[in-house]
Amino acid sequence: MKFGVVQFPGSNCDYDCYYAIKNILKAPVEMIWHKEKEHNLKGYDCIVLPGGFSYGDYLRVGAIARYSPIMTAVIDFALKGGLVLGICNGFQVLTEAKLLPGALIRNECLHFICRQQTIRVENIDTPFTKLYQKGQVLKIPIAHGEGCYYADEETISELENHHQILFRYCDARGEITREANPNGSLSNIAGICNRERNIVGLMPHPERAMEECLASLDGRLLFESIVIQLKQRQRRKFCPET
Amino acid sequence: MWLVKIKVRLKKGVLDAQGKTTQQALLALGFHQVKEGRIGKLIELKLDGGSREEVEKEVRDMSQKLLANPVIEDFDYEIEAREE
Repeated sequence: MKFGVVQFPGSNCDYDCYYAIKNILKAPVEMIWHKEKEHNLKGYDCIVLPGGFSYGDYLRVGAIARYSPIMTAVIDFALKGGLVLGICNGFQVLTEAKLLPGALIRNECLHFICRQQTIRVENIDTPFTKLYQKGQVLKIPIAHGEGCYYADEETISELENHHQILFRYCDARGEITREANPNGSLSNIAGICNRERNIVGLMPHPERAMEECLASLDGRLLFESIVIQLKQRQRRKFCPET
Repeated sequence: MWLVKIKVRLKKGVLDAQGKTTQQALLALGFHQVKEGRIGKLIELKLDGGSREEVEKEVRDMSQKLLANPVIEDFDYEIEAREE
């Protein structure tokens, strides 16, 4: 089992992810430089696109990174069923690459928001959320200027109908309210997955909520869910009859 | 040589926080007749060679692929012939 963290110029949560996976999760992880055009991601089981400001957010957030050399391999990996997690800027890159529907636009309030946020787990039937409980309220930090999720009405109802919304912004009691929505995201969307459930993007930073000293451990179960999923996959590979 | 001006705008219905804020700033300055503000991008490119039709095809292709995101943005463009 191996994680890979992609580094774009301007990524700044790459080492947070690396640290969280290596030191807290104790799982094998390597950095992957974005220029590795020939990289086929062989031997990797989960690719993380980290947060940051890839290419200075020029043109549109995530728009330039989406055509980075490594992205050909990431798209191929994702379409073959590999697990891909996009956090914050990584989520923006995934929408630009059309691996996830919709787009992230400027926060309604115009502020760059950096604070602890409560989100509610909406679907636990995915490799990324299976260790949570449905309706569980998590404390996970957000740090973004362009986190307002937008998609047309048809796409939003498709996301709802196929249970692709994994996390919504909520208040401390788990209520989904207008006031609890930090950035104007439609339907309070904080994180979604594709229909096949192997690609996830979310604006909050689970890798920053994994240790007591960071005031929340609520991000751990996301990464631990992935590890469990990958271990199960490995077992199936070696003992296909079980 | 061709000079291409591509205008990229947020689609109607997509929240334009920058446009709205700018409109409010103008109202605060006393420009009471400002009813709406929308902010987009102007991208100027110089292209070498080819016919107008070929340039137009290229510009549409690059706008759909990179310069605009069709989920949230519309684009239009002008193409001018320029001396070298």
